[in-house]
Amino acid sequence: MEYVNPEGIREDGRRPLEMRHLHAEIGTVARADGSAVFEMGNTKVIAAVYGPREVQNRSQQLNDQALVRCEYTMPNFSTGDRMRKPKGDRRSTEISLVIRQTMEACILTHLMPRSQIDIFVQVLSADGGTRSACINAATLALADAGIPMRDLVTSCSAGYLNSTPLLDLSYFEDSAGGPDVTVGILPKLDKVTLLQMDARLPIDIFENVVQLATEGCKAVANYIHEVLLENTKQLEYRRGL
Amino acid sequence: MEQRLANTWQMTVNEKKFIETALLSDLRVDGRRPFDYRRLIIKFGREDGLSEVQLGHTHVMGFVTSQLVQPYRDRPNEGTLAIFTEFSPMADPSFEAGRPGESAVELGRIIDRGLRESRAIDTESLCVVAGKFVWAIRIDLHILDNGGNLVDAANIAALAALSTFRRPECSLGGKDAQEVIVHPPETREPLPLIIHHLPIAVTFAFLGKDNIVVVDPTHYEEAVMGGRMTATVNMNGDVCAIQKAGGVGVMHSVIMQCLRIASVKAADMTTKIKNAVSTSLYAYSPQVESYKTERSQRMIKRHTSTAAVDVSEPSHKEINVLLRHHLERSTIRSGELIASSSNAMEIETQLSEQDEKQRDGGARTFIGGPSNWDPLSKGVDSDALKVSLASRGAVRANTKLEESKIENLDVFEQSHPLADVNPVPPLHEVAAIDLQTKGERTLKDAVKPKHKRKKKPSSKTDAS
Repeated sequence: MEYVNPEGIREDGRRPLEMRHLHAEIGTVARADGSAVFEMGNTKVIAAVYGPREVQNRSQQLNDQALVRCEYTMPNFSTGDRMRKPKGDRRSTEISLVIRQTMEACILTHLMPRSQIDIFVQVLSADGGTRSACINAATLALADAGIPMRDLVTSCSAGYLNSTPLLDLSYFEDSAGGPDVTVGILPKLDKVTLLQMDARLPIDIFENVVQLATEGCKAVANYIHEVLLENTKQLEYRRGL
Repeated sequence: MEQRLANTWQMTVNEKKFIETALLSDLRVDGRRPFDYRRLIIKFGREDGLSEVQLGHTHVMGFVTSQLVQPYRDRPNEGTLAIFTEFSPMADPSFEAGRPGESAVELGRIIDRGLRESRAIDTESLCVVAGKFVWAIRIDLHILDNGGNLVDAANIAALAALSTFRRPECSLGGKDAQEVIVHPPETREPLPLIIHHLPIAVTFAFLGKDNIVVVDPTHYEEAVMGGRMTATVNMNGDVCAIQKAGGVGVMHSVIMQCLRIASVKAADMTTKIKNAVSTSLYAYSPQVESYKTERSQRMIKRHTSTAAVDVSEPSHKEINVLLRHHLERSTIRSGELIASSSNAMEIETQLSEQDEKQRDGGARTFIGGPSNWDPLSKGVDSDALKVSLASRGAVRANTKLEESKIENLDVFEQSHPLADVNPVPPLHEVAAIDLQTKGERTLKDAVKPKHKRKKKPSSKTDAS
């Protein structure tokens, strides 16, 4: 099966090192403390953040830091075929755990002891790279909520098909059974916080693919910076500054 | 959602500081160096596909079963592989009975990714009738004791169980050859799974401010670590899966260094697993040996039933050939699992099996009268029997084993019928008597030597 044709064009018309079109909006859920919608091509994700607020379950309260909770769901309509169980299945539980631990590493939780920060992420349309889109959306929502963080967390995926490293896989390329590497970095600190991979790859090719995904993450970080800057200008304007 | 219970054990600040300070001098609390693994013990149960792994204090059991099911619609000619984890509350105070928690799901998915996506198990060979019947392999992992690093121990348990699992052979029959007949193990020898490579999970923990890396964290180190990374690699240098689910950020160079360490550890672990699955003479353990010989005995039982039916007057040569054939088949099977097995290893494997068979045959041959179809018509050498029974009790000494092995080598290669000095009864006589005793209740039940386990109920019905 050909995923990169002889001229070097992929199935959706992109080049191997080209990312999909990014689009982000902040403040879409009025009730939440912070929210964002993030689109990577056809993958669209909405994130809402509530917090810091009082811990709902006293037995889970941490006395020296904030409790971070995360829930990842994929509604029935997000994929092509109607899904049976939107949440509670094993994949959703694992991705919830992954997003929570990734955001927990960058939130300055020791500044908000005995409180709780909830991150809810819903996938509105799934076309590959939902994990990365969720992390990017969660970062924007946390920034919108004004929660102190060490750095932004940005994420991107990459793969290896037809002997070519490909950036930002779509669902069609992801379901090919080839390797799928998802990387999440802290761009200013240049550190890797999330790294997941499946299928088989020799180590040297793996290194190339990880480097490619990291470059993609930095491109996302630039875009997120622009969006946040634009949002701050809007806030200043509305306050008459 | 994450659940932290009030009864979760919390680490004190002193303990945390102690662990971190010790690591600055390259010392770990249990005396290991940063990149050393804990002691690994792999044991097997009576049935095929049951394994028990101890990695330090971490104790995990793995069990593999199979069932004929309908395949998935988008993969009609592939079998399925499913992993279920059971975090027993006796393993750790924070584990709850009932639905698996987050860490249980994560562990299951890490092992699942390592086995399924990397194509370690050949699923196409599990297809019986495309689109209708395929074998569904189910791996159950039970955590019995959480001493830290559950992922690595559970992965080894899964691999060991898969290596020793045998699925029933099935064929198409009935009208239009559309019915699937599953042959029970008594009629046809069950088949092993085709395993292309062994993906080994190696877990790294990042501790302290400077992100010191350690391999195989204990549960104390897990409580103080800032982040962890599990790299699943195989012996060929391929990375099968990586899981670094958040946690503290690390430099890219540190990750590549961890991968290189992981491939070294994986090679080491693969040889350990393969040695445990086949017979290992250097790490001699009664369980491993008796697992292998129990299997060969069960095999012999199954085949002797067919042999007795077919052949009325078995000649000396035929019996020898039959037994050698069984030995070769079982060694070939174990040979498959050993990547680089020396000839000496194979011969020793053969000899040890044969040794056990002889000793066991020695106990079983105490009938009373000579068997009338015995070609040599010399009956049983009762002196040899008495000596063999006595030697059984003292059989666990390695030296004794080696002595008898050397003698067996002579017996086996020359196919010499009787050796007076040999304390173990000769091969062919044992075989001949073996073939006959399956139909009689023997004194073996009364003798009941220490290391001999109770017979399986299925084989008992066979005998009676």
